Formats: sequence, structure tokens, C-alpha cells
Amino acid sequence: MNTIFLVLKREYLVRVRKKSFIIMTILAPLLSFGFYAMMIYLAVSSVDEKKIEVIDASGMFKGKIQSTDTYKFSYPEVAFADAKKNFLNSDYDVLAYIPADIMAHPEGIQLYAEKGVSYEIKNEIEKAVEREIENIKLTQAGITRKVLEEAKVSVDSDTISLNEEGEKESSTGAATAVGGICAFVLYITMMIYGTQVMRSITEEKTSRIVEVIISSIKPFQLMLGKILGVAMVGLTQFLLWILLTVGLFTVAPGIMQKRAEMAGTVQAQVTQSADGGKKTTVVKAEGPAAKIMKAVSTLNLPLIIGCFLFYYLGGYLLYSALFGAIGAAVDNEADTQQFVFPIMLPIIFAFGVAQFVLRDPDGSLAFWASMIPFTSPIVMMVRIPLGVPAWELALSMGLLVLGFIGTIWLASRIYRVGILMYGKKPTFKEMSKWLFYKG
Amino acid sequence: MNILETHHIVKQYAQHRALDDVSLNVPRGCIFGLLGPNGAGKTSLIRIINQITGPDEGDVLFLGERLKPDHIRRIGYLPEERGLYKKMKVGEQLLYLAQLKGLSEKQAMDKLKTWFIKFDIKTWWNKNVEDLSKGMQQKIQFVATVLHEPDLIILDEPFSGFDPINANLIKDEILELKQKGSTIIFSTHRMESVEELCDHIALINRSKKVLDGPKLAIKEQFKTHTYHVDYQGSIDQLPEQFVLLDSKLTEDGYTRTNIRIPVGASVNDLIRVLLDKVTIRSFGENIPSMNEIFIKAVGEVPTT
Repeated sequence: MNTIFLVLKREYLVRVRKKSFIIMTILAPLLSFGFYAMMIYLAVSSVDEKKIEVIDASGMFKGKIQSTDTYKFSYPEVAFADAKKNFLNSDYDVLAYIPADIMAHPEGIQLYAEKGVSYEIKNEIEKAVEREIENIKLTQAGITRKVLEEAKVSVDSDTISLNEEGEKESSTGAATAVGGICAFVLYITMMIYGTQVMRSITEEKTSRIVEVIISSIKPFQLMLGKILGVAMVGLTQFLLWILLTVGLFTVAPGIMQKRAEMAGTVQAQVTQSADGGKKTTVVKAEGPAAKIMKAVSTLNLPLIIGCFLFYYLGGYLLYSALFGAIGAAVDNEADTQQFVFPIMLPIIFAFGVAQFVLRDPDGSLAFWASMIPFTSPIVMMVRIPLGVPAWELALSMGLLVLGFIGTIWLASRIYRVGILMYGKKPTFKEMSKWLFYKG
Repeated sequence: MNILETHHIVKQYAQHRALDDVSLNVPRGCIFGLLGPNGAGKTSLIRIINQITGPDEGDVLFLGERLKPDHIRRIGYLPEERGLYKKMKVGEQLLYLAQLKGLSEKQAMDKLKTWFIKFDIKTWWNKNVEDLSKGMQQKIQFVATVLHEPDLIILDEPFSGFDPINANLIKDEILELKQKGSTIIFSTHRMESVEELCDHIALINRSKKVLDGPKLAIKEQFKTHTYHVDYQGSIDQLPEQFVLLDSKLTEDGYTRTNIRIPVGASVNDLIRVLLDKVTIRSFGENIPSMNEIFIKAVGEVPTT
């Protein structure tokens, strides 16, 4: 036991002290946070303003299509033919022509632009015209817009999960997102840490240190110490990520809110000027980060984090043992390729299945894939935030434990023979023979 | 008292038998040479003693007890293929290896200090192994092998990779370890170092033990009972019991002749006869070198 700990300690310290580990651990959350911040920035700030010239032959729409901070509509008093002629020399991006008989022929709108018209502009203009026609027709029928607004009821459903613990508000969106993220992180980490174990075993073999070590301790202790050491590196990384992310998100909402407010004010000014004094109320935007935090807080976070750590460890142990066996069987990294693929296949498959399970978390595919130890870590993590019966969870966890005990046993048999074999690249057939070698 | 005994060891690999009924006795406190051509099975035997692999048949006894995992701490092993963690610091690595052998960190530290002073390598402590020359790495590995003061030290080709000065340093260390009471098994192709260091030898050829015992006894066994004499003049006739073998001229004008005398006959008689006939410059017995014994027993030239 003591020797396993010694190996574990070395493997852990060697990795954690590496510059690449420190950089990755700090950079990953910063990068994802930066990405997220940039998206919001892009969403709230107007980047590119488009000027649209409207030639309204019907005379019904002047000033009716409201400018936004992205689109500026203006209504110059010129003839269509002149506007068309001068369009290329003007600073307008789009020329919209509304014919006089628009009420009779709503499909008659023409849009001109130098390089084609984006779907968004087309949509914006069509909508505005549609709304105006609707207004006119309603007024003709004796209904004002005010009456219509009052008749509209906003329907928004709250999803509530109903189980033994009673009703609880849940957020399907957040649950799906969290499940997806967990599956993705598991997928990446099983690959990364699994191959790390493999590479480090091959390295010990090629540098011949392995013979010195196993003249001091049992091969099994060396293998297990290494696998556990790398597992701890993964856990450390997760822990730091969680801490950093929580830290960033508690600081972030304040900043985000200010930015959103500022953007809101700018937008209000723009609207006012375009409307010519018409008052607009700006609803104080709730910070998007706060919204996410709120949605996430409806989930059973302790359960999710607990399960995530369990499935990370279980899945990692299962696969890293197999990766380790490959690392022991070959002499150099180049030879690992052919053996690695069959091991990666179920991981990739599980990640593929996870995409389906996101849509149908209670189907039979979801059930079986979350029971089989080779796919269960990734698939089960998708389902857990959405709620999984306790017996299914227990069964899946039990099977995973059996699974990794099995692969570790298998790997240790191959490992103890493989690390002393040099020269020819072994075949799967030879490796299966190693399983039954004596001592 | 034997520190190590192997009884009828058999090790079978898929296609070939690496060890076939090998029994050895290694007396305590000696330097034991384990000889044999490449592929004879030396490494297989060493791995069994180190409990890296197990024998298919037979027993290994360490100080009279059947080999068990605990014994590993009392054995130090320097494999033929040297290896250290390349990206690990020298000091840290030695501490790690010593702890794997059961020393506490403090014990390891104390012992390491002595060795670092002795070899005058204090400045290497914080260097990465890959920044050291091959000879320096060998020194480090030697320290790692003997640091935990094992009762039995197994050295596989300990001098390969050392320049003559460092090889001498290691040789002196081996002798010092022997003096302190350790037993050393060393496996090598270099017969001159066997000649110099070993008290006992065993020779393995094609998976079987072909020879073992104290070095002097084996030399006795391989003696041809021939003597050489360098002289001026000519020996044309000798009494019947002495057989004249080949003669040749030396570069400086003497003749060297080999003469065989029967077992039990007196050497003095031969000398007396010779004194009458020629002017003798030197006279001596032809004692077989380890190299000759090796070639005779194995039937091939040792290769390094």
C-alpha cells in the first residue's frame, strides 16, 4: 500500500509541477469565460450599421418602419427611378421600393443592394410592412392596435419535476446544457488522461527504468500507483476549474450588468431619435450570467457534482487501465496507433450516443448505454441532470465498478508481461496469451 | 552459510527453455561471477532472484528461507540495460528509488549525502538526469543500487559504459562493499574482471549450468599440468616422463618450450634436468586464464 502511495505521489507531483498543467488549468476557464464574454459583447453592441433607403410609392409607410441600432431607415423624397440611378453613388446599403398598390399586391416590394440582401434585412423590412398593412386593415375593420395588444396573452411554461421529494422547479434548458457539458468534459478527459497513462508507461519501458522499479515493487503496484496518480491530477484540475469558474461568475455578473445597462441606454436614445420624441421605456436587462446562475441553481448540484466525480473516476479507471496495457505491450509510441483505435471507439461511440440521449433521455438506447460500463460514464452524465431513478443510478454505478475492476485485472496481466518484452510488436492474439502466463 | 541457493530452477518461455535445472549456491560474503554467453539464461536467472518473474519449477532460498516479497529490500539490482527517469532531478530520483526499497525519506537523505560527498557529485543534485553524461548517469544508477545497503547486490555488466578511471572507482566500491559484508553477484562477459574480482563462479551455457565452484578450484580443475620454460641452448632429449610440447623463438632470442609432466611427478626433477642442458631465463606453470576456461567450457569465444 505504502509503495503504491509512493508511486502515486511521484506521478502526481511530476505532472502537477509541469508548466503545461498550470497553464492549462488557469487558461481553460479564462478562455471559456472570455469566449462567453465576447459573445455577450457582440450581442449587445452594434457592430455594423446598415443604412436603408425607403422609396414609398404608396405613401403609407413613411416613418412607420422603426430604426434599430443596426438598421437605419430613411425616407428621402425622390422618385424611384432617380433613387435607383443614384444608389451606387449614395451611402445607402439597401434600397427598398414599396409600390403604390402594396395593399393589393403585398409581394410587390423590391429590394436593391450592391451585393445581395441579407436574410435579416429582408425579414426586417417584410415584417415592418406586414405589420403596417395589418394595422391599416385592422383600423379599417374598426379595431385599434391597443385593443389587439390587450387581447394578446403571453404564455410561458414553467417546467416542474414531480417526484417523491415533491415538486421542484426545474430548468430543462439548464439540465440539458449541464448534462451536455459534463459528457463533453468526460469525453475529453478520458481521452487525454488515458493516453497520458499509456504514454508514460511506454516511456518507462523504453527508458528501461521499469526493470529497476519492478525489482523494488510489484508491477501491479507500479501500474496502479501510476493510474491513481494521474487520476488525482485530473481531480485537482477539476477542483481548480470549479473554484476558478465560481470565482469568475461571482465577479462577472456585476460587470455584465453594467454593460447590458449601458447598451440598453444607447439603444433607447437611438429609438427616441428615430421616433421623433416618442417615449420608450427601457426594461432593465437582467445580466445573462445571473440568468444562467439562476437556472443552474434549480438543479441538484451536489448530486451532479458527486456523480460527475464518480463517473470521471470510474470511466477513467476503466479506460486508463486498457490504455496502460497497450502502453506496456509496445516499445514505442508509434506502435500504439493500431491498438489505441479499438479502445477509443467505445468512447467516441458513447459520445455519439450522448447526442441522441440529450433528445430522448428515457429511451431504451439511453437506458442500455447508461448501464454498459464502456459507455455509461458519458451517457449517464447526460441523463443525471434531467433526473434518473435511484435504482438505475445504483445499478449503473455498480456495473461500472465491476467494469473497472475487470479492466484493471486484465491490464495488470498484460502489463506484467509486456513491460519486459522488447523487440517485435505483439499481436492481440499474443497479448491474450499473456493473460494466462504464470507469475 | 549460503546467502542464496537455487534448487533445480526451470523457466520455460513459449518457444524455448531459458533455464533448465539450474542449481547454484552463493556463499555469503563472496563475489560471485555469473558467466555465460549471450542468451544463455543469465538475465532470466537474475530476474527470478529479483522476483521480477517466477520460476516454473524449483525454489530459490534467501538465507535459508524461500524467497518472499520482503527479501526484495535486502537485494540491490543494477540491470544491464540502464535507465532512469530522464526528466527527473537526480536528488529527487534517488530519494524516490530509495524509498521504494523501504528507506524512510530521512534515512535515504542521510545515506545520499555520504555518497554525494564520496563521489564528489554534490552539484548534480538539482540537475535533470538527461543533462548528465552517460557515465555520470551510470554512477547515479550505481548509487541507487547500493544505497539501501543490501545484503545481496546483483550487478549485470557493471563496467559497461564506464571509462577506465570510473570503472576502477566502481571496482574499488565493489571490493569495499564486499569488505563491509555484502555479497555480490556479478554477471559479465569480461573475463579480466572475473579474474580480478571473483571468488566463486558459475557458468551457464544454453540454459544449463555447466560449471560452478570457487575460482581457484576451477582453475585447478582446468589445469593442463604443463610448464613453460624460456632458455638459451637446446633441449633435444628429456627423460621419458616429461613430454616436450611445442617450441618457438621469442623476439629477444630465447626459446620458449612447453613441457607436460605427469600428475604426481616432481617439478624439481624437471628443473634439475633442464639446468644441466640450457641457460634458463624463466620457468613457470601454465595456469589457465578465465578466458581459456570459458572457451573450453562453452566452446566459443566470449563476446562483449
